[in-house]
Amino acid sequence: MQIDAKGVYYKELNEEIRYAIDRGETEIELVGVNGQRYIGGGLRAEGVTISINGVPGNDLASFMNGPRLVVNNNAQDGCGNTMNAGKIIIHGDAGDVLGYGMRGGRLYVRGDVGYRVGIHMKAYETHKPILVAGGIARDFLGEYMAGGVLVVLGMNGNGTPTVGNWCGTGMHGGKVYVRGGVEDHQLGREVRPFELDDEDQAELDEILEDYCGEMGLDLADVKSKPFVKLIPYSHRPYGKMYAY
Amino acid sequence: MVTTFIPPEFRVKIDDEKCIKCGRCVYQCGWGVYEFTDKPIPDDAKCSACHRCVTFCPAGAITVERNPLAFKESANWTESARKAVWRQAETGGVLLTGMGNPRDYESVFDHLVLDACQVTNPSIDPLREPMELRTYIGRKPDAVKVESDGGGGLKLAEELPPNILLETPIVFGGMSYGSVSLNVHKSLAMAAHECGILMNTGEGGLHKDLYPLSDRIIVQCASGRFGVHDEYLKAGAAVEIKIGQGAKPGIGGHLPGEKINPEVATTRMIPTGTDALSPAPHHDIYSIEDLRQLIYALKETTGYKPVSVKIACVHNVAAIASGIVRAGADIVYLDGFKGGTGVAPTVIRDHIGLPIEIATAVVDQRLRDEGIRNQASIIAAGSIRSSADMAKAIALGADAVGIGSAALIALGCRVCQKCHTGCCSWGITTQKPELTRRIDPDWGAERVSNLIKAWSHELQEILGALGVNAVESLRGSRERLRAIGLDQQTCEILGVKPAGA
Repeated sequence: MQIDAKGVYYKELNEEIRYAIDRGETEIELVGVNGQRYIGGGLRAEGVTISINGVPGNDLASFMNGPRLVVNNNAQDGCGNTMNAGKIIIHGDAGDVLGYGMRGGRLYVRGDVGYRVGIHMKAYETHKPILVAGGIARDFLGEYMAGGVLVVLGMNGNGTPTVGNWCGTGMHGGKVYVRGGVEDHQLGREVRPFELDDEDQAELDEILEDYCGEMGLDLADVKSKPFVKLIPYSHRPYGKMYAY
Repeated sequence: MVTTFIPPEFRVKIDDEKCIKCGRCVYQCGWGVYEFTDKPIPDDAKCSACHRCVTFCPAGAITVERNPLAFKESANWTESARKAVWRQAETGGVLLTGMGNPRDYESVFDHLVLDACQVTNPSIDPLREPMELRTYIGRKPDAVKVESDGGGGLKLAEELPPNILLETPIVFGGMSYGSVSLNVHKSLAMAAHECGILMNTGEGGLHKDLYPLSDRIIVQCASGRFGVHDEYLKAGAAVEIKIGQGAKPGIGGHLPGEKINPEVATTRMIPTGTDALSPAPHHDIYSIEDLRQLIYALKETTGYKPVSVKIACVHNVAAIASGIVRAGADIVYLDGFKGGTGVAPTVIRDHIGLPIEIATAVVDQRLRDEGIRNQASIIAAGSIRSSADMAKAIALGADAVGIGSAALIALGCRVCQKCHTGCCSWGITTQKPELTRRIDPDWGAERVSNLIKAWSHELQEILGALGVNAVESLRGSRERLRAIGLDQQTCEILGVKPAGA
C-alpha cells in the first residue's frame, strides 16, 4: 500500500504506518517524505518492508525491532538509534550519529556517513549489529564500541581519507573493517590495526555479499582492495586506572 | 615487608569470655576479615565497620571501634587527606568510593524550619480529618478547558497529558541491577506497588521477573543504552533519560566486569564479564534540540508516556532545567551533590555539584518566572534523609522527592561507602549469591514500605500543623519556611525569609 507523507506531521505519519502494520500490511511505500522524524521508531514487526521516497528525518528506526526499511534517497542523523533488529538500506548518504547503541540488525548506507557513527554499538548473544558505509566515514567512528561490526568501504573516494580521526576511541569490543587501510594517527589509542584471519574474512565476505546484493554493486570491485581490521587490544581499557 | 603505610581505620574486638566460637562472624563477613583457627581472628585492615558480624553474633561478643592510633594533629593535613596520598602513592590510581558525599558541608535543610498554626488559624488533626498526599507527576495543561456534555454537565474539552499517580510524593531513585542485587530491585518494586509510588530501574535494564510489576517502574535510558529495547521502554510507567547523577556530575558509569554475571549480562543485554561502560555524555545529545529529539523518539516508541530527564545539580541548573522543560520533558529529576552512587571517583563525589535545596528553589523559581512551571513536575533527590527534608524540599518547590540511599539504609545498609567492591555483607550492592540471598524480597519490601508509610504519616502531621489539608498546598510555599543561620544572599536565592522576619 502507499501512504502519501506530503505535509503530514511525523506523529500522524507514524500512527498511519503502525495502523497499516496492525491491519496486516507487509509492503508499505511512503511517498513525499520530507524530513519526518522517527519513521519506524519502536516498530516491532516481522516480514514488513517500508520503502521511503524522499528524505526521512532524524532518528529513523530508533529502537526498531524487526522491519526492513529502504530509503531511496539520502537520510539524516541518528538512523538506527538503539535498534534491536531489522534492516535499513539507504541508497544515498546519511548523517551523524548513525547506529548509536545499536544492538542488532543491519544498517547499509550506499554513500558517505557523518561524524560519531557506530558509537557504543554492542553485541549480545545472537544479536550482532552490522553497519556498512559505502563511502567515507568522518571522525569518532566506533567510539566506545563494545560489539558488532562496522565496515567502511571508501568507494566514492575523491582523496578524502576513508575514516576520520579518533577512530575507535574507547573501543572495548567488536570490529571495524576498513577497505584500503588506515593511518595510525587516525586511530584512538585503544585500537590497533590487524590483518584479517580466515574467520574475519568469512564474516566480511558474507556481509559484503549481502551489501552488494542490496545495493546492486559488483562484489569483485568492492573486494579489489585489501581490508584492515581494527580491534581493541583490551576489552578492559580502563581496568588498571582505579584504586580501591 | 610492610605492603602499606595506611593503618587500619577500625579495630575489631572480640570478647573472648563471651565468644562461643561458633564461627558465624566468619560466615557473615563479606570482606574476609575473619580467620578461624580455634577462635575467630580478625584482620582489622579489611573491616569496613558494616556491623554485619556485630549484628549477627549470637553472643554479642563483637564490637568495632575506630582505630585510636593517634595522628599528629593537623587541621590542614587531615588523617583522611594523608591516607588518600598514601593510597595513591601505592597504586597510582583514581580513588573510588560509593554512597553519597560524606564531607562536612553545611546542610541547607538543617538551617530551615517549618511554620505551624497557633491561635489565629487552626491546625488540622490528620488522624481525624482527610489529609491528601496524592501527587500527580507529569505535564499539566496551561488551562483546563471544559465544554458542555450535552446533559447539563461539563466535560473536559481536551485530553489531559499523561500523569502518574503517586499515593505519596516519593519515588525511588534509579539504582541499576548490577550495582544492587536483584533482590534489592524486587524489594523496591514490590514496595512501590504496596505504597503506590514508583521504583526506577537505573541504567541496567529490567529483569524479566520484574515485568509484571512494571506499571510502577520508571525505566531508564542512559548513555550506554544497557538493556534498552522497545519492549522495555513500552513496559515502564515512564521513561527516564539519565543525563547525570548528583554523586558524579559529568561522569559516565563503569560497572566492572567482575559484577557482570550471566543474569546481570542478560538483563543488560551484553556479554558476561565485559566492563559495562556508560559514556559521560549521550553522544547523540549535544544540545537542547538533541535532547528534544531523544525525548520524542521515546514518546513515539512508548505511545507518549511521560518522559523524565534526570540531571545532576550544577551551577547553571535553572537554565538547564528550563531547556529540559522546553525540550518536552514531563518530569525534571534533580539530583543534588549529596546523592548516592554505586561507584564514583572520590574527588568527583566530594567536590562537584550543588545542594539539592538550592537547586530545587532556583529551578522552581525559574520555571515560574518563565511561565512554564506547569509543563513539568520537579522531583528533588540527593540525600533526602527524613520526612522533614521531604517537607522542606516540597516547600522549596518540588512536586515529589526521590530516595535511594534512605531505601538502602532501610534494607540494612550501614553507609560504609564500599559499594564498588561488590562485597556488601548486607547483600545489597553485591552479586555474590551467598550474599544476595540475605535480602528476602518480601522482607525487604516490608521494611522499605514501612519507611515510606512512616514518612507519609509524618508528612501528614507536618501538613496538619501547617493548617493545610493537601500536600499541593505546601508545594513551593516558601512563606512557610524560615532560615536560621543562613546569610542574606543564600536566603534570597532560596526565596526564604530569615527567622523572625
